[in-house]
Amino acid sequence: MRRAELLSRLRTRKVLIPLVLVVALIAIGVVVAVTSSSNGYRTVSKMITGTPEPDGTAVRIDTTLYLPDTTPAPAVLLAQGFGGDKSGLAGTARTLAEHGYVALAYTARGFGDSGGLIHFDAPDYEVHDAKLLVDYLSTLPQVDKSKIAVAGSSYGGGLALLLAGYDSRIKAVAADITWNDLSHALFPNAVGEDPGVFKKLWAGTLFGNAFSSQLGAALDAVGSDAPPPGTPRGTVSCGRFAPDVCAAYQNAASTGTPNAAMRALMRQASPASILDKIKAPTLLTQGEEDSLFPLSEADANARGIGATGTPVKVVWRPGGHDDSSEGGYVATSAMLGWFGSVFGDGVSGTQPFEFSEQGAQLSSDSGRLRQQVRQAPGYPGIGGTPAQTRAITLSGPPQQVGAPAGGTPAAITAVPGLSGILSTFGAIDQATDALSAVPSQTAGFASPALSSSLLIAGSSTVQLTVSAKSTSDATLFLGLRDVSSDGTDTLPSQLVAPVHLTGLTPGRPKTVTVHLPWVVHTVPSGHRLVLTVATTDFAYQLPQDPRTYTIGLTGFTGALTVATSNGSVQTTGGHPVAWLVVGVVVVLLVGLGVAFVIRRRRSVLKPRADLSDVPVSIESLIKEYAGGYRAVDDVSFTVERGQVVGLLGPNGAGKTTTLRVLVGLITPTSGQLHVFDEPVVPGAPVLARLGAFIEGPGFLPHLSGRENLRLYWAATGRPDSEANFDTALEIAGLGASIDRRVKSYSHGMKQRLGIAQAMLGLPELLVLDEPTNGLDPPQIAEMREVMKRYAQTGRTVVVSSHLLAEVEQTCTHVVVMHKGKVIAAGATAEIAGAGGLQLSVSDPQRAADVLAGAGITATLVPATRALEDVFLGLIGEDLN
Amino acid sequence: MTERELSRVAATRRGVHDRLMALEPGRPPTFRPRRTLRLGVEFARQIKRRRTQVVLVLLLVLPIIIALAFKLGGGPDARDNAGALVSSATTGSANFALFTEFASVGFLLVVVVALFCGDTVASEASWASLRYLLAQPVPRARLLKQKLIVAGTMSVAANLLLPVWAYVVGGVFFGFAPAKSPLGGTFDTADSLWRLLVIVAYVCGQMLVVASLAFLLSVSVDNPLGAVGGAVMLVVVSNILDQITALDPYRHYLPTHWQYSWTDALSAPVNWDDMLRGTGCALVYAAVFLAVAWLRFDRKDITS
Repeated sequence: MRRAELLSRLRTRKVLIPLVLVVALIAIGVVVAVTSSSNGYRTVSKMITGTPEPDGTAVRIDTTLYLPDTTPAPAVLLAQGFGGDKSGLAGTARTLAEHGYVALAYTARGFGDSGGLIHFDAPDYEVHDAKLLVDYLSTLPQVDKSKIAVAGSSYGGGLALLLAGYDSRIKAVAADITWNDLSHALFPNAVGEDPGVFKKLWAGTLFGNAFSSQLGAALDAVGSDAPPPGTPRGTVSCGRFAPDVCAAYQNAASTGTPNAAMRALMRQASPASILDKIKAPTLLTQGEEDSLFPLSEADANARGIGATGTPVKVVWRPGGHDDSSEGGYVATSAMLGWFGSVFGDGVSGTQPFEFSEQGAQLSSDSGRLRQQVRQAPGYPGIGGTPAQTRAITLSGPPQQVGAPAGGTPAAITAVPGLSGILSTFGAIDQATDALSAVPSQTAGFASPALSSSLLIAGSSTVQLTVSAKSTSDATLFLGLRDVSSDGTDTLPSQLVAPVHLTGLTPGRPKTVTVHLPWVVHTVPSGHRLVLTVATTDFAYQLPQDPRTYTIGLTGFTGALTVATSNGSVQTTGGHPVAWLVVGVVVVLLVGLGVAFVIRRRRSVLKPRADLSDVPVSIESLIKEYAGGYRAVDDVSFTVERGQVVGLLGPNGAGKTTTLRVLVGLITPTSGQLHVFDEPVVPGAPVLARLGAFIEGPGFLPHLSGRENLRLYWAATGRPDSEANFDTALEIAGLGASIDRRVKSYSHGMKQRLGIAQAMLGLPELLVLDEPTNGLDPPQIAEMREVMKRYAQTGRTVVVSSHLLAEVEQTCTHVVVMHKGKVIAAGATAEIAGAGGLQLSVSDPQRAADVLAGAGITATLVPATRALEDVFLGLIGEDLN
Repeated sequence: MTERELSRVAATRRGVHDRLMALEPGRPPTFRPRRTLRLGVEFARQIKRRRTQVVLVLLLVLPIIIALAFKLGGGPDARDNAGALVSSATTGSANFALFTEFASVGFLLVVVVALFCGDTVASEASWASLRYLLAQPVPRARLLKQKLIVAGTMSVAANLLLPVWAYVVGGVFFGFAPAKSPLGGTFDTADSLWRLLVIVAYVCGQMLVVASLAFLLSVSVDNPLGAVGGAVMLVVVSNILDQITALDPYRHYLPTHWQYSWTDALSAPVNWDDMLRGTGCALVYAAVFLAVAWLRFDRKDITS
């Protein structure tokens, strides 16, 4: 019993909705807990003996080993970027360990707590150190020795490629934003000649990094009263750089050209020298915002490695050295995917090529720009996938440009670490754009407005004629700009291609083919492409003498060959169309299901022809509410035409519930209920023969009484001719108030309007629930009369009341209810007269005879007792 | 005329009685369920409501306030990376309409739709007029259908009115100009309008979730405020959960996850992927919510 009660209480809405919410929140919490709980790992930090310095100084390498829960496992050697230490690798190492890899993060020699000097990824030092670390990994029981990989970013990426070339135990490589050939990277030349233009700002930043880390270590040393480990005394200006590296850099920085020693250093530190030896499948991720190691470096690496048939996957990712805040996660997840494939099913053949299109989408969360990833089946040039190009015509006359003495003022394009911000502004603010091209120093050649949008993906080429006025060499910077119809121009990724031409004859034009910067950029239709040729750039070493050049296209117009791609946009999470299809199918299925259920629920009760002249027939009606409370318990009665039937009973007797069932508002638990010959179910058409006023009026408060009646009738969909508005308005008796908003009515006014509404269609059966509530005595008398006369037209009235006198005066028949049951039913006179005689005699006939004999005329009449007495007598036992 | 005088008038209307006496016996009425509560009638019932008028005024005033704010505040600051749609809001009518849409989708339009769809049945229940409609009788499924059509039409009208009016206001304040895509490039006027239409259509599709939930609550509770508030609360809760990236990929099935995917309509070729996903998701939610609404209401005991 208590259980049933509890269940029924649970079923009520007030409990159910919060309960559902709480359950949903708990379920979500569990999902979060399950999905975010990661696999465990533990770490072991250890100093490992590295390669000694040439002078015999022992070098110890600072390492941290990340061990996953399950071993033996594949191992990944993680190499650091320039200027950092192993702590910068912690995040990546943790991720690897959580994915079941052993990760060994270490601080390269010359940095942090590791000893030794920086030899700049020299095979004999840094690469040899890495070999020793692979030895160490091979001794560990937790490492699957056939599955050792190396990964790194920038300086570490260079090391990863070099190690893969020098050590055949490496079975997979992931190199992020790194170089192919340092001489290309630090002395680039877009016409392919040597030497190029010194990238002085980046070179200074790189070396300065190492100096400042030395400064940091020196400051630490002040606190600890001991010299920083591995710092040779007397080489303060070189910091922790090896003397030969330091000297070569300082020479290059002062002359702007590499000497032989610098060239040798750069060559040995460049993967370009050993690419053909790399047999381990290699992932190359390169940043699109990178003026230090542009996409062309990854391109050269990919071609070099791919030439021998080794699988290479190329990913152009967001960010890069110019914007380190972006793209790191892309590199990490690409690395995880790559190692998973290599150590899983293995990789072979052509690998898909992915690149990200910056600002190609609006973030649906913040409204900011974000990238979208495009994928092509193969990297152009590897595995037979040809590069795609589109020809664009440029035009413009030959133009004379000047280079100022000392190279200032200079255009500012890519400033290390700053250009990400510049390009953000550049797209919207012309003021900053002015910085990236100084007018008198810049020649421009424009294309017509593009008829369709163009995706630039790679390096475009163009032929130019260049003549120098008085020198035999020329230094130029080429940019390909996207100019919108309102003149706003964007330099994609803020990249320019430096050109250094030598062997010019003054005054004589020379024709050269220039490779423009590698970028990914979508030029919208209606925009123009403008090739700019500038004489200065802030980031590069410039000639000190003033110069004048004349720049032209090969004719008056020239062809620009733009690299493009048919890469398709990567979709995440299944087929989008499938979602829509599922949605539509669910709508159809649910719709059919609901229609089916509702149709099945329709009553199976049949019309009863024998009741066609009986306005109301109720048989064994039971309504049981949740919790077992029976509001109506086995009620049966019939109402004939022309009757005014009173439903009499105290409050809670079940009168209103019976009437609600009668008009189809409540579904009975059991029992049959017919109005005329039709069974009553919600919405049964027969209800149109019935007018109801149940438990108070219900009107739209914002409309007037008249509008309410009009709209009520309009809602029935029946013709106006069947409504009797005049009579209804007279019954309502509201006078001018009928045009006021119902909101302002008193209770009695609403009550009368409600009764008028019930009578509007002059229904054959009028059902009134407590119609006289709130009416004053004259109005009650009036209502009584209305009901009587209404019934006299052959129509039927069922009226409920708890006022005995009212029922007695109005009704021809009465049904007395109490506690859900009918306790008496019949003609009012019968019920009221069922009480016996007023004069009680032992023998009335004899008494009459006696009275007649006594000369008294006597007639036998039934006693008419007040209905009230009967009613109280019927329910009397409960009142006591 | 006072109440007392009125009652005296009513009590002495003997004419009514004579009129009743003269009535012919009742005849069965011409009743056709398909003509009950026609759309025009339901519109007439709803359109004069104060809340409808307040919403209308709000939608008309909002773009003007935003435009004035930009005008007086000197336009959006291009340097704060606050969102590409904000920074291009004042370039012309189309961009202003886009920005207004972006600013309203998350909450204002949600509240408006929840109001129209959540209050429609619940308010009838609270006025007690619901039982008189059902006793006429308006078949229950038909009542829901007609109510949903009217509430849905008013929701769509609000969704349409806001960008269209914002387009006009933007044109007056900042000049009529085709949309400049925040992704670069300018659309011509026809293209701009077509894309705006795609956006409005998609947003309407997304609002199906709010509309159907509000409608379900509307038939379940007798308190209009509860129905409207419940639907808005769902959106708020869903938005909060959507912020938790740890919920990936389950987050994708949240009712509001794809709410802003209409921004994909601004990429050079329209990127339909997320909009297809969002529409599919919304259809499933709407189907389930509406099915429950229909099944519940079909059997519900009307006790209000």
